[in-house]
Parts: sequence; C-alpha cells; structure tokens
Amino acid sequence: MGAEKHPYLFLLVFFVMALGFAVGPLILAALWAKFVSPQKPGNVKNSTYECGLESKGDAWVAFKSEYYLYAILFLVFDVETIFLLPFAVAFTGLSVGAILAMLIFVLLLVEGLAWAWVKGVLTWK
Amino acid sequence: MDEGLKSELTKQGIYVVKLEQLYNWGRSNSVWPLGFGLACCAIEMIAASMARFDLSRFGAEVFRPSPRQADLMIVAGTVTKKMAPQVVRLYNQMPEPKYVIAMGACAISGGPFKQGYNVLKGIDRYIPVDVHIPGCPPRPEALIHAFMTLQRKIDAQKVFGPDRAHHFDADKPSEFPIPLYGEHDLVPAKNPNVWEPAVVVR
Ligand code: SF4
Repeated sequence: MGAEKHPYLFLLVFFVMALGFAVGPLILAALWAKFVSPQKPGNVKNSTYECGLESKGDAWVAFKSEYYLYAILFLVFDVETIFLLPFAVAFTGLSVGAILAMLIFVLLLVEGLAWAWVKGVLTWK
Repeated sequence: MDEGLKSELTKQGIYVVKLEQLYNWGRSNSVWPLGFGLACCAIEMIAASMARFDLSRFGAEVFRPSPRQADLMIVAGTVTKKMAPQVVRLYNQMPEPKYVIAMGACAISGGPFKQGYNVLKGIDRYIPVDVHIPGCPPRPEALIHAFMTLQRKIDAQKVFGPDRAHHFDADKPSEFPIPLYGEHDLVPAKNPNVWEPAVVVR
C-alpha cells in the first residue's frame, strides 16, 4: 500500500459515479438533440394533454382538501386505539395517577375531534 | 467498410457497426405504442399484446397512456369524422420520432362503413401512415407482421446526410393541421401534403 487512503474516499468515488450515471445520459441526450435530432416544439405539442380533446380552462386548479382532513381525523382514532388497548388490559393493576394521565391523554384527543366537529369538518360538502 | 473484412471479424466475435445502425437497432426494438383503440380492431391489438401473441418479444408491449411517451400510434379501428381531429391532435402531441400503423380496413379506407356519412375514409388523409394493414379485423399475426415491417423501416432510416429520416430534419414538420368540423364534412377534407386521391383511369 502506498499513500494513506482516507476512510471515506470510497463514498466520494460512489458519489461521483452515481452523479455521472444520472447526469451523463442527460448530457448525451442534450448533445444528440442539439447536433442530430432537432427539437420541434409546437403549439399543439406543448398544450395540455387531455385524450386528444382541447383542454378547457387552466390545468392549474385548486383541489379541495377535504379528504386530507378526514385522514387527519382518522389519526385521532388511530393513536387512541393503540393506547387504549393496553390501557384496558392493564386497567385493574394501574395506579390512580396513571389512570388520570391516560384520561387526560384521551381528553386531548377528544378535544381534537370536538374542535373538528364544531368547525364543520365532519359534514361533507 | 469492406464487407469481407466485416464478416471475417464477425467470425472472430468482433462486430463492427455504424453509429446509425446501433441507434436504429436500439429504437426499433423499443417502439412504445400509444394505448389507443377506436373500434373492434383494438381488440385484436390487445390480443397481440397479450401472452399468446406476445408483442413484448419485439420490445413493444409498453402501451403508454400518454402521447408524450409513445413512439407509435396504432390507429386500430373506425375513425369517425367526430374522432379524426382528436386522432390528429394526439399524433401532434407525440414527440419525434413517431410512426403510425393504420390497422384494419376502416383505418386505411373506411372499410365496411366507407359509404357512411360520418366515417373518415382513411386516416392517411391527415397524418403520414408508415404501415397499412388490410383485414377486417386483421389477425394479431398481421399486426405483428406490420410491426416487423415497421422495424425494418426504422432500421433502414438514415441519421445523417440529405436523405435522412424526416425527424432529423429541422425543416420537416412534426405537427399536422387539425381538421375542423365544417357544415357537412371536415374542413379541410384532406391534407394535400400527406395524401392525394388516386387517379382513377377508366
Ligand atoms: S376493420 Fe373491421 S374489425 Fe376493424 S374496426 Fe373496422 S369494422 Fe371493426
């Protein structure tokens, strides 16, 4: 062995090779497009793709996030179940402090549900 | 390169190819069709891509749902006049190099509905068709044959020089005019740069 190798030298080699692997074909494709196969953009080609029909309006529209709210609410019950099951199993052997702590925890989650209910998230519009 | 020397080298396991051949070999074996069926012929197209006929032997089983990723449009079925503008628009939205197989009597001429007021008498009136397949419907073998014909065409295309394939030529169009719905027919009724009616001599 000649010169000391840095223990992380292989990481650098990996990184350079991975970069070359990713960027190399892109550069080749760009060169090929520049010198051999010209790009031919056009109005129809660049327009929004919609099964051959002309698209009406803008494709950048806002989607309703209602389902997302439902998913978040699901988390309330999800977390609750994970903790309630062991809580129920060990219920008789628990100290008063532990039961109080657990009740506070459940209260916090129920609060989240109540808040969503009051806000009207639960009614699908 | 001298043919004799080339075959001599091939015997030794050394293959000499031009860049053009290598490039065409690659793309003729990875033609991705557009997932696009218009009528009964599309069923045969689907059968051709399934296990029994297995179009994937030719590298062409990847039916793309978007024209942006497709190289080949298989016009499989009756092109009604209502549908023709959409077909041309989809063709325009495909990136170069792109090819068209007109599959079945309907796509090449109107087929059994040729006398119909609402049927386009051949998609080659608007877009350049590379391979025509007759038949109603053509069997999957016929589609596979058309495919191999297309592969041979791609293999023979020139990359450089004055007679290079049209997609290498910046002056050749990649978009074709989309017909509009007129009062009685599509306007224009054909693209004269692509298609001229055959002269009938009686
Ligand atoms: S050629 Fe025959 S099978 Fe094909 S779409 Fe026309 S009518 Fe149907």
